[in-house]
Amino acid sequence: MKLTRTGVFTIVVALAFLAVPYAATLLGSNYVITLATRVAIYAIVAVSLDMLVGRSNLVSFGHAAYFGLGGYAVAISAFHLANDVPIFGWAGTNEALIAWPLAMFVAGFGALIIGALSLRTAGVYFIMITLAFAQMLFFLFVALKYYGGDDGLSLSTRNLFAGNRITDARTFYWICLAALAICLLLSWRILNSRFGMVLRGAAASERRMAALGFPVYRYRLAAFVIAGMMAGLAGALWANQNRFVSPDMLSWVRSGEFLVMVIMGGLSSLVGPVVGAAAFLLIESYLSGWTEHWQMVFGPFVLLVAVFAPRGLWGALRGKGDV
Amino acid sequence: MSAALQLDGLCKSFGSLRATDNVSLRVEAGECHAIIGPNGAGKTTLIGQITGEIRPDAGRIALLGTDVTHWSVPRRALSGLARSFQITQLAQGFSALDNAAFAVQARQGHSFRFLADSRKDPSLRKPALDALTQVGLADRADRLVETLSHGERRQLELAVALAMQPRILLLDEPMAGMGPEEGERMVEILRGIKRHMTIVLVEHDMDAVFALADRVSVLVAGAILKTGSPADVRSDERVRDAYLGAGSH
Amino acid sequence: MQLVLEQLLNGLQLSLTLFLLAAGLTLVFGIMGVINLAHGSLYMIGAYAGAWAAAKTGTFWLALPAGLAAAALVGAAMELLVVRRLYAREHLSQVLATFGLILFFNGFIAWSAGRSPLLMETPPQLSGFVEILPGLPYPAYRLAMMGVGVAVALGLWYMISRTRIGMLIRAGSDKREMVEALGVDIAKLFTLVFALGALLAGLAGVMVGPIRSVQVGMGEQVLITTFVVIVVGGIGSIRGAFAGALLIGMCDTLGRAFVPMLLKSWLSGPLADGLGGALSSVIIYLVMALVLIVRPRGLFPVSG
Repeated sequence: MKLTRTGVFTIVVALAFLAVPYAATLLGSNYVITLATRVAIYAIVAVSLDMLVGRSNLVSFGHAAYFGLGGYAVAISAFHLANDVPIFGWAGTNEALIAWPLAMFVAGFGALIIGALSLRTAGVYFIMITLAFAQMLFFLFVALKYYGGDDGLSLSTRNLFAGNRITDARTFYWICLAALAICLLLSWRILNSRFGMVLRGAAASERRMAALGFPVYRYRLAAFVIAGMMAGLAGALWANQNRFVSPDMLSWVRSGEFLVMVIMGGLSSLVGPVVGAAAFLLIESYLSGWTEHWQMVFGPFVLLVAVFAPRGLWGALRGKGDV
Repeated sequence: MSAALQLDGLCKSFGSLRATDNVSLRVEAGECHAIIGPNGAGKTTLIGQITGEIRPDAGRIALLGTDVTHWSVPRRALSGLARSFQITQLAQGFSALDNAAFAVQARQGHSFRFLADSRKDPSLRKPALDALTQVGLADRADRLVETLSHGERRQLELAVALAMQPRILLLDEPMAGMGPEEGERMVEILRGIKRHMTIVLVEHDMDAVFALADRVSVLVAGAILKTGSPADVRSDERVRDAYLGAGSH
Repeated sequence: MQLVLEQLLNGLQLSLTLFLLAAGLTLVFGIMGVINLAHGSLYMIGAYAGAWAAAKTGTFWLALPAGLAAAALVGAAMELLVVRRLYAREHLSQVLATFGLILFFNGFIAWSAGRSPLLMETPPQLSGFVEILPGLPYPAYRLAMMGVGVAVALGLWYMISRTRIGMLIRAGSDKREMVEALGVDIAKLFTLVFALGALLAGLAGVMVGPIRSVQVGMGEQVLITTFVVIVVGGIGSIRGAFAGALLIGMCDTLGRAFVPMLLKSWLSGPLADGLGGALSSVIIYLVMALVLIVRPRGLFPVSG
């Protein structure tokens, strides 16, 4: 089998992720693990967002909404459990294998409703509307004082995973990495399937796909829901990682940052969004350690990427036509 | 037997402009029916209404005897109406074969299949390759669309429409932008297809129209001026005045 | 009844502020095809420049020109340095680039002026109340704001429908070559229109200074509401911007004032409080959803 450039970089990226725990041991720093866990979680969001922005040409500026919904689904279940009013009177919601699919379901349901409305439009309307609906959910959680409002909601412990407590940062990292791997594999399969071909074909020429007999709206809505569910899973992981959620998870700034990640990495590539997520978090952690006003530096950087490198870092590296 | 395509009293206005003015037309199964007319006669608007991209203000459209006036573009396509585009609408970044395979995929029913690799599916690839062969593009199957020549892209437009295995083929200026040699080649290809296909041919190239059409309708200022055999139309005074006589094209 | 009237006036005042922002945004999009997320930053810059000038000079009447000038100058610079490169680009690049601008401006203001909100005094000439109906006093400053908003709306309408520059603006969007053939420097025209939009945003920012706190992030909150206005009204249409601003401004103000109250008469206790607060903060988005279902291209869609 011929090894493409993309293949080589994919292996390099995978090895880097696998090496993290050993690097942390060598450096004697748990921060490396924490940062890598965040990268893995953000990478899931970026992969899901690329399915919309990169592959389907649907610029969603509200992806943080589904991330936040996933996070809140986990936190609210935990909150009710801690206050002895478990949802439906059932304590099972503390089990990750139940809570996380629940988070995906909630996020997917949100994406279904928002997508059904937003996808009636296109172009700039779509950008503005996805942004506006995400902001609506943001305000909704700010207004829900019962669940902490502005101050957010803390989780006393992480979810159990198959009945086990996850106290060790490494174990949790492996779980997040496995989730990322599954999402990548799934997204790769989806994009080459019949379904994915419709999405990508419609991004290239919507008129053509309609004239061939594809009701494009339905396929896009399905993609919107799938991407929302993946982001919801990432939100659930994020809530577990920080043991805290707040409306900030749904803020428009975060939606913007997600877009930055995807574009910085390179649209429409498998590993690009992962690289973008890593680059974003590394830059953020470096700059914010240097100055409180790191956005003053990061803003112009984003601007330069948008103007001069619209294909992103990965786009500049990878071969043409690779998936 | 019902007509392949029947238009009854179609009207469409944009502001004060009557783009389609009470157009009625009957295309019989098996015929090649050309629609000609000077620029601005309303051909594009008429095509839009037949395919479903434009909603008529009044009138009725029937495909193979079924009223489709309120049907969406995809639904009409699935019921047997294929169209080619005047300005090529191919999916860039995909191979010629991929483009034809889209059409095969559409007619095989819904595409909510998420895991199997569609490019390794012979039930898509084989009919797609057959369509490419029909227009003489088989050796270009794996080339990306953007690397094809203009003439080859026009052929691919046609191949994609054929891959839908339609009952009616609506061709929107298939000769557009072609040199004489490419044009002749296209006429040859169409002559082969027309033997077993109902075709609505909207075309500027009069040589092509008279070489292919069984009947011709002349559209002027949004209304049908005349429908008849190519010879009738060619000899009609009014048509000459309105169109041919003006010496255009 | 008085409460209703007062809230109606508040709604009108919010509507007119939203219109100032929406007009600039929709003009820039309608003519140049650029979606400018940093429009809210211009509003913030106007407010900060105004608050700064007011603090230095002690008078609102110098704050006003300072805010306008700052917003217009930054706007012109923004067009010349950044936005100009984005005309032919995809919306995605525009979104990203102007998102970068927002981050920069927010960071810059936080760095130079600090994160704590600034306060601006109402000008003494307008600090009183006007009894607009017997027994209904209303702040003179807010009335003045409304006057300015109405004047700007009329001025824009006159400029676009009656003047040569308005004709160029209307033509500039789709007939670029024609306008250039007339010997008009389209690049200059675009800079001018962009600066005009910035000026309107700055005006809104300065005027809002005395009634709301001036702080980092104020631009984006209002920007997203402005998006809702434009989506509801129809992108690219000044008339749509006006109608949308009116609808959204009213729904937001009246919703916040009366929805919790109405809920309380139905339900009771903390549930009504929580629900009322939540519902009233999302009401404009529900209106937007409704408009989208009925008219996906807005109330006054621009053809084409």
